[in-house]
Amino acid sequence: MSIYSPEMEESIRKVEATRARRIKETVAAMSLEEREAILEGFHPDYKDETFHAIRVGVSKDQRMPIELAKIVEGRPHIGPDFDLSAPIAETDVLVIGGGGAGASAALLAQEQGAKVTLATKLRFGDANTMMAQGGIQAADRPEDNPAIHYLDVIGGGHFTNVPELVEALVMDAPFVIKWLEDLGMMFDKEPDGTMVEAHGGGTSRKRMHSARDYSGAEIMRTLRDEVRNRENPAQGAPITVIEFSPVVELALDGEGRVAGAIVMNLETEAYHFIKAKAVVMATGGSGRLHYQGFPTTNHHGATADGIVLAYRAGAPLGYLESMQYHPTGAAFPEQIVGLLVTEKVRGLGAKPVNKHGELFVYPLEPRDVEAAALIRECRERNNGVVTPTGQPGVWLDSPMIEIIHGPGTIQKALPAMVRQFGRFGIDITQEPMLVYPTLHYQNGGVQLKADCSTEVPGLFIAGEVSGGVHGHNRLMGNSLLEITVFGRRAGRSAVAYARQVKVGQPSLAHVDAWNRELEEAGVDTGVVSPIQLPDYTRRE
Amino acid sequence: MEEQNDLIPIYIMGKRYLVPSTLTIMKAMEYAGYKLIRGVGCRGGFCGACATAYRIGDDPKLYFGLACQTVVEAGMYLAQIPFFPAPRATYDITQMEPTANTLFSTYPEVLRCLGCGACTKACPQDIDVRTYMAAGMKGNIAEVADISFDCIMCGLCAARCPAEEAQYNIAILARRLYGRYLAPRSEHLRERLEEIEAGKFDAELEALKGLSKEELTAQYKARDIEPK
Repeated sequence: MSIYSPEMEESIRKVEATRARRIKETVAAMSLEEREAILEGFHPDYKDETFHAIRVGVSKDQRMPIELAKIVEGRPHIGPDFDLSAPIAETDVLVIGGGGAGASAALLAQEQGAKVTLATKLRFGDANTMMAQGGIQAADRPEDNPAIHYLDVIGGGHFTNVPELVEALVMDAPFVIKWLEDLGMMFDKEPDGTMVEAHGGGTSRKRMHSARDYSGAEIMRTLRDEVRNRENPAQGAPITVIEFSPVVELALDGEGRVAGAIVMNLETEAYHFIKAKAVVMATGGSGRLHYQGFPTTNHHGATADGIVLAYRAGAPLGYLESMQYHPTGAAFPEQIVGLLVTEKVRGLGAKPVNKHGELFVYPLEPRDVEAAALIRECRERNNGVVTPTGQPGVWLDSPMIEIIHGPGTIQKALPAMVRQFGRFGIDITQEPMLVYPTLHYQNGGVQLKADCSTEVPGLFIAGEVSGGVHGHNRLMGNSLLEITVFGRRAGRSAVAYARQVKVGQPSLAHVDAWNRELEEAGVDTGVVSPIQLPDYTRRE
Repeated sequence: MEEQNDLIPIYIMGKRYLVPSTLTIMKAMEYAGYKLIRGVGCRGGFCGACATAYRIGDDPKLYFGLACQTVVEAGMYLAQIPFFPAPRATYDITQMEPTANTLFSTYPEVLRCLGCGACTKACPQDIDVRTYMAAGMKGNIAEVADISFDCIMCGLCAARCPAEEAQYNIAILARRLYGRYLAPRSEHLRERLEEIEAGKFDAELEALKGLSKEELTAQYKARDIEPK
C-alpha cells in the first residue's frame, strides 16, 4: 500500500516506464559557464533582496541573509556589569560546542596535557555531525592524491577558497581517517581492508569513505565515547563536559585577549562565568534560521551562536553571502519535508527524474549547481511533481540502484534512508523518493586560518562556524573532514597558546562598546542574541 | 470540547491537547505550546534525544518511538524519556584486547542477560538487541558490532531491561573494539600516509597554491574523471 497521492502514483508509473531506458542514458555535466548561468538564474544566494549588509562591527558592510544579519546585529543577553569575580570553573581550554569539531578539539587538547572544559547547548553530540550520512573525503587510493583533491575542492568552491586552508584539509585528510580508525570507527571496507570509496558531487576520484549511511553518527558517537572516557582519564587532566549550557558571551581581558565565557544553564536560566586561557568556538551552523523560508536538514540548535559571539568580540566574518542548499531534501511525506536524502543515493547511481520520467541534469554536479537545476525544473519548466500540500519536488529514482548494483544493495548501503521512508510507508527499494532542495550548510562564518586562530587572541575556531575552506560551495564529504581536520588543529593550537599566555582581568568592556556602536549606528533589530533555540510553538 | 476538522486528542504526560492528525509527536508538542529543550535533538531520527513511550486508548500495549519520526494517533498517551541513567564503563581503548574476556570484564552484566527480548521490542531502530546481546554473551564482538551498527543510543533498551543492562553502551564498546582491532587494515591508507610524511606531494601543493584563478580554472577543466 502506497501513501503517494493518485497524481503522484501516475507520475511514478511514468518513472517506471522509462527506467530501463534511463539506465543507459546520461546527461552531460555542465561547463563552468553553464554552471554560472544556472546559479545566477536559480540559486537562492543570487536573490539580492534576501540579503542585508550589516551596519556594525569589524566586518561592517558585509552581506549576509537578512535572518542572520538580524541576530548578528542583536543585543547581548547580559550587561557589562555582570559579575565575573566568581567563576564556577577555571580551565586551560574551553571548547564551546559538542559536535564533531568540538569533540576533536577537546580530545587533542586533553592529549597535550591541558585541562579542558566542553560546554554545549543541548546534549553532547546534538550536532549536524550526527546527521551527516554520506561520508568523509580523503585522497588515500593510488589513483588519487591530495593535489587532485585540492583541485576538486577549489573548483567546487568557485576558486574563492583560501588556498592554505584547502591545503590543510587535503593533506591532513588521510591522517584523520587513520585517527578515526584507531579510535575504533567502523569504515566500510572490502574483506582485504581496502576502503569502499564512492564519488560525490564534483569529485574527480572516488574518495568518499563511509560507515553505511550513518557516517556522521559513527564519527560522533565514537568521538563522544572517547571524550567520556577522558572525563576520568588514566593520564593527564580530565575533560569536563557541561551539557544544556549555551554560551551567551565571551569575556576578554584589558588587552582584548580571551579570558573565558559566560554560559547559561538552559534549565535554571542561571548565568555562570567559566574562566579560560583559550576558547575553541565550535558551535556549528545556522540552518534553524530558515533562510528564505527553506526547511532545513540541521539539528535543533543550529542558530549561529558562535558567529554572533566571535563577531561581537572582534573576529572578522567571511563568505556568509553563501549558504548551501542540499539538492535532495525530502519533499514528501509532509512529516519529513526538508530532512536529508544523502548524496550517497546519487553516488550509488540513482538519478533525479522529472514528473514525465525524464532525466534533466547530470546527477553529481556540485551541490549548488544541482540544487539550482532542481529548482529550475520545478519553478521555471514546471516539470516538478506537486504534493497534496503544495510542495514541489522531483523524483530521485532509488530503485535504479539495485538494477545497477544488484538486489539488497539499498538495505546494505542506505539503512537509514530505508528506515526513514519506511516509517511512513514508502519502500525506497521499490519506489522513488520525492526531493527538493533544503537548507543544509553555512559555507561562510568566522574567518578561518590554517592554525584555527582568529583576530581575537586566544579565540580559536573550527567547523561549520568558520568560513574560507570551502569558498562559496562545499563538496559532499568535506564537512565531516573539515570538523575533524580543523577540530584537531584548533585543540592543538589552543593548548600551545594557553601554555604561554598570561591572561589579565576578565571584563565585558567589549559588550559595552558593542552596545554603544549599535546605538551610534541607530541599529535596533529587536533581537537579543544568540537566540539559542528556534521557537516552533504555535502562533495564533 | 468537540474534535474539530482533523484535530485529534493526545495526552502529553496525562494532559489532553487537540492537535492536527498529520503532525509528528514532536511537532504536536510544539503545536500544543511546548518549547522543547529536553527531548529534542537532530529532529531527523539520528540522535536518540526524543525517545518516547506511549499507549493508545484502552490498548494496554506499550509502544516506543522517536518523537520526531512518529505521527500522532488519536488517544495517544505519551511520555518522553530524554535521559536514562544507564551504567557506563570507563576504559582506554588503546590498552584492550578484542576478546570475550574484555567484554565480560568491562561489562560483567553482559552475562546476566535473560534473553527476554524487551529491549528488541523497545528499539525505535528495529535493531534485534536481544540477538546482539546473545552474541555478546558468546563473546562474539564482530557480531555485536554488526547487528548494533544502526544504534542511535537513545537508551530505551536499557530503560526496559529487567537485568539492568546498558545494551547500547556495551554495543559501542564492541564496535570500537571491532573498528580498532578486528577490521582489516587498509594497505593503501598506510602507504599514502608514508608518502605524505616523506613530502611526496609538497611541491605539487605548493605550486597549486601559487596559481592564479585562470591557471586553476584551466587545470580544473582538464581533470580526468574516474569512471563510476
